[in-house]
Amino acid sequence: MTTPIAEDDLHAYADGQLDAARLTQVESWLAAHPERRARLEEWRAQSAALHRAYDRVLGEPLPARLLPPANAPRWFDLRRLAAVAWVTLGLVLGFALRDQTLSRDDKAAVASLPRQAAIAHAVFVPEVRHPVEVGAEQEAHLVAWLSKRLGAPLKAPQLDSAGYKLVGGRLLTSESGEVAQFMYENAEKKRLTLYVRREAPKAAATAFRYASENGVDVFYWTDSRFGYALSGSTGREDMLNLGSLVYKQFGG
Amino acid sequence: MNYRDAIIAEIPRLRRYARALAGNGDLADDLVQDTLQRALEKWRLWQQGRELRPWLFSIMHNLHVDGRRRDGRLDYREEDELPLPPQRASQHDGLELRDLDRALALLPPEQREVLLLVGLEELSYAEIATALNIPLGTVMSRLSRARARFKAVLTGEAAPLLKVVSP
Repeated sequence: MTTPIAEDDLHAYADGQLDAARLTQVESWLAAHPERRARLEEWRAQSAALHRAYDRVLGEPLPARLLPPANAPRWFDLRRLAAVAWVTLGLVLGFALRDQTLSRDDKAAVASLPRQAAIAHAVFVPEVRHPVEVGAEQEAHLVAWLSKRLGAPLKAPQLDSAGYKLVGGRLLTSESGEVAQFMYENAEKKRLTLYVRREAPKAAATAFRYASENGVDVFYWTDSRFGYALSGSTGREDMLNLGSLVYKQFGG
Repeated sequence: MNYRDAIIAEIPRLRRYARALAGNGDLADDLVQDTLQRALEKWRLWQQGRELRPWLFSIMHNLHVDGRRRDGRLDYREEDELPLPPQRASQHDGLELRDLDRALALLPPEQREVLLLVGLEELSYAEIATALNIPLGTVMSRLSRARARFKAVLTGEAAPLLKVVSP
């Protein structure tokens, strides 16, 4: 005995919110009532249109006025602030101080890499239907676009041997310029992100390192062009293997 | 768990929602700013292990409702504040954004919230019921009405609240 299919079920179907058992029931009901699909498709098209119109906000730098007032000590101090990828003030300060304090900034910049990467990971991994701007089906286009924006040839590493497929990528903004983020997913829907940013031309390459940022495991390193950070939450051992796999593919 | 970093990671999504909800970038960032301050003041009330995102959306919802009450305004904007109808076909992105801004503005606020939390923010219905402090059944009925009205507005079938400007 199954509960009759109601309109609420159709909304939940369109929104991907049905459990497996109910999903099967609704699918077989829809097979018998194909005329009801049109409305489902309209609802999905509405959601897709909202994403097309408003997702761009996710990648915008944060306006400085979103910073809480100075009398809110538990909020962020300026040094932390500069480490946050999309904060405009960090961009301005970083740009102004870059030339005078390059060597000191090098260290700070490398230290900011795993943190920026982990925050960007936390922002985009929960996105259900639109986690990336350009999908893996357009991989060549994606890689060409991101290479152009970062100003040097880039590639998307292959993680198929570890069970992860490329979902796609997006372009973000940080105080060191534009940043590429690639996203991967395995059969259990676990996601990894690879954050790639330009490093200062004279920066020395750094070895493979580990950081734990709010429960996100990050393996990161730099070469003469880019800083790379692979973020995920599947456990340190697992992430170490995945990180090594990526590291090797970039000639590490 | 670092509360501050967890909130920072939510700011882009709060801005996206506020942008669609308020229909205007400055108003949206006012709302985000107020939400962040309120979250900061109340952070001890947030239980670790509880989902942060629905809690932040519920703070934003309460501020949005308070703001509408305080200003004594229904969801109404002067005609000259509304975006002009599309005049050039070359700016597709901009056009779609303006069309959606306008269509959303023509939904009652409680329907707009549910439509955006489902379609854009992809919260579960149960999370939305918690965030808006309404029963699940109300979430579903608002969603149903919102989708019907949104369609009607986008296809021009809704009662015209806007004067049509001929090109």
